[in-house]
Amino acid sequence: MAFKGQIIIDTEHCKGCGVCVPVCPMKCIELSKEVNGKGYNYTHTVNDSCIGCASCAMVCPDGVISVYKKKI
Amino acid sequence: MNQDIEARKQELLKEGYEEVYTRTKVLTDAVMHYCPGCGHGTTHRLIAEVIDEMGIQDQVVGVSPVGCSVLAYNYFDVDFQEAAHGRAPALATAIKRLNPDTFVFTYQGDGDLAAIGTAETIHAANRGENITMIFVNNGIYGMTGGQMAPTTLVGMRSATTPYGRRVDLNGYPLRMTELLSTLPGTYYVTRQSVQNPAAVRKAKAAIRKAFENQKLKKGLSFVEILSNCNSGWKMTPVAANKWMEDNMMPNYPIGDIKVDGKICEGIDANRLVLDHPLTVMQ
Amino acid sequence: MARELKLMKGNEAIARAMIASGTDGYFGYPITPQSEVMETLMAEKPWETTGMTVLQAESEVASINMVYGGAATGKKVATSSSSPGISLMQEGLTYLAGAEIPCLIVNVMRGGPGLGTIQPSQSDYFQSVKGGGHGDYQLYTLAPASVQEMYDFVFDAWDIAFKYRNPVLILSDGAIGQCMEKLYTRDNVARWTEEERRKNAPWGTWGKPKDRAHNIITSLELDSARQEVFNLKLQKKYDEMKEKEVRYEMLNCEDADYIIVAYGSSSRIAMKAMQMAREKGIKVGLFRLITLFPFPTKQLAEVAEHVKGILCVEMSAGQMIEDVKLATKCGVKTEHFGRFGGIIPTPGEVLEALENKIIK
Repeated sequence: MAFKGQIIIDTEHCKGCGVCVPVCPMKCIELSKEVNGKGYNYTHTVNDSCIGCASCAMVCPDGVISVYKKKI
Repeated sequence: MNQDIEARKQELLKEGYEEVYTRTKVLTDAVMHYCPGCGHGTTHRLIAEVIDEMGIQDQVVGVSPVGCSVLAYNYFDVDFQEAAHGRAPALATAIKRLNPDTFVFTYQGDGDLAAIGTAETIHAANRGENITMIFVNNGIYGMTGGQMAPTTLVGMRSATTPYGRRVDLNGYPLRMTELLSTLPGTYYVTRQSVQNPAAVRKAKAAIRKAFENQKLKKGLSFVEILSNCNSGWKMTPVAANKWMEDNMMPNYPIGDIKVDGKICEGIDANRLVLDHPLTVMQ
Repeated sequence: MARELKLMKGNEAIARAMIASGTDGYFGYPITPQSEVMETLMAEKPWETTGMTVLQAESEVASINMVYGGAATGKKVATSSSSPGISLMQEGLTYLAGAEIPCLIVNVMRGGPGLGTIQPSQSDYFQSVKGGGHGDYQLYTLAPASVQEMYDFVFDAWDIAFKYRNPVLILSDGAIGQCMEKLYTRDNVARWTEEERRKNAPWGTWGKPKDRAHNIITSLELDSARQEVFNLKLQKKYDEMKEKEVRYEMLNCEDADYIIVAYGSSSRIAMKAMQMAREKGIKVGLFRLITLFPFPTKQLAEVAEHVKGILCVEMSAGQMIEDVKLATKCGVKTEHFGRFGGIIPTPGEVLEALENKIIK
């Protein structure tokens, strides 16, 4: 059974620490070249390979990532 | 922005998605002041999630320390007291004894708990207070600008050990968690970390157990969270987590030390002895 | 216990008054000359009767912080110690004042500085009313002069502490703590019910119900502007105490040519000296301080207008005299007489000092 995942990132509250980037098994998140209102290069998704495993959310110190998934 | 996020969440739910993870409501909306990538934020999140999942938000009293997490009370939507430096276990002792039906936890760093608050920590543990103590160990004084902590590794540089910690000058790193496990008053003693998803899941289970134990009234539950201080260590958050795994973990091994009042199988008795040789950093 | 006539030590009176006044918790550490407070509590086992918690802490630092933790849940929590132990508690006291936590601290003073002596002294006046810890704060400070007052002031302390959300200090000394006297007990006041606690201490941290925001007990405010507003609020509270809560006693002050100002043990010696002076035809009055903060500035100034001299008697090198001089704006001859090292002056010595330092 496979899952398709979606993450919602509260980019304004993301501090761009990047700890979520190396823990993503699907390599679907990176730090943006753009900055948010605080000047941080926030996390964003770069492809749609997300499986909704929530690894990124687990390690996010600021809890800015919400994770959703559905069976496909 | 928040409205956009809320709308997007609703959209996904309509599209048949289920929610896997979202920020708990036991955390307030206040933006945490911690540096990007700091383990304090993750640890706060886990405690809040445990409180949420146990449904005890209306029964919790937290005690924050002096140090980086002095303002923890702004981030948890539960009643909170802010202690003088090192004194959180004394506050927690009285809160719990006078209000035995509450869940009481202290949240302290290594300077607060293992240096200035050593006496309060050891005696609260030795009395077997029915509280939960969360001990965030990043081997440094973060708030005051990266000075040596009792847990700073031998050879590790800090603002007050600019050439590295020397045993002849500064003594040995203090393994408070091992030390407390030898006291009969402690019921659960564990060391965890929060640098990757697997570690976070284990740390959360440990925090849950430490809170559940308060129902048993059998003694103190102590959870050390090994954490990074990327600002103090002068590294990126990702590099700091790697450095922590390579350097902190050999000296501060991860895992349960004492469960249900008994020292765990496989725990080397020598590890409980404080002069056990420590790794010296190059 | 209803109103009964009893014979007991001052320290025992403190302990029994704590139980009788509905105190919820006591946290202490042994130190001479006040150890009987905790000894009495432990022997009485109030946890079996009123439900009061009593715990021997690992240090005075811990005990004052246990007071902080317990009292911040909106309960009546107390501690007691003697001078060196009270010095250790100063950090906790300034936090308690800064977080506006009602509580009771008893200091049964002994001689200093340092380890000093275990005998009675009154050299902690400055520490009690001029800060002690850091920052602009005041403790409402009561000075009992008898075992009866040791008992009664515990009841009074709870009223003031919760009325003003402020720590109250009972500043006693080894002589009052150790001496045995008769006292009339009071009717027991029950410990607060849960509803009473919530009503009397809505700011308390006992677990956030769904219908209110989380309560936070802290003395930290990183925003200077907000900290200043808070400091002004504290000063307003202290001003209100100065206006409404001053306590003192005047004996023979109406026709006096000279007055003795004293508190605690010294006021009892001074009373005898006053009688001896009157027998010799010298019109002496006694102005006894009951509250040291707030100081009876106005009342003393009024009395000072018609006297020729003031003798301040205190078992110290002269601390209270500073406030006496400030109250009278140095408008009348004022001198200090005291003994040190745990020596209690005799009435004869006080009279002699009055004659030599003031009248001559």
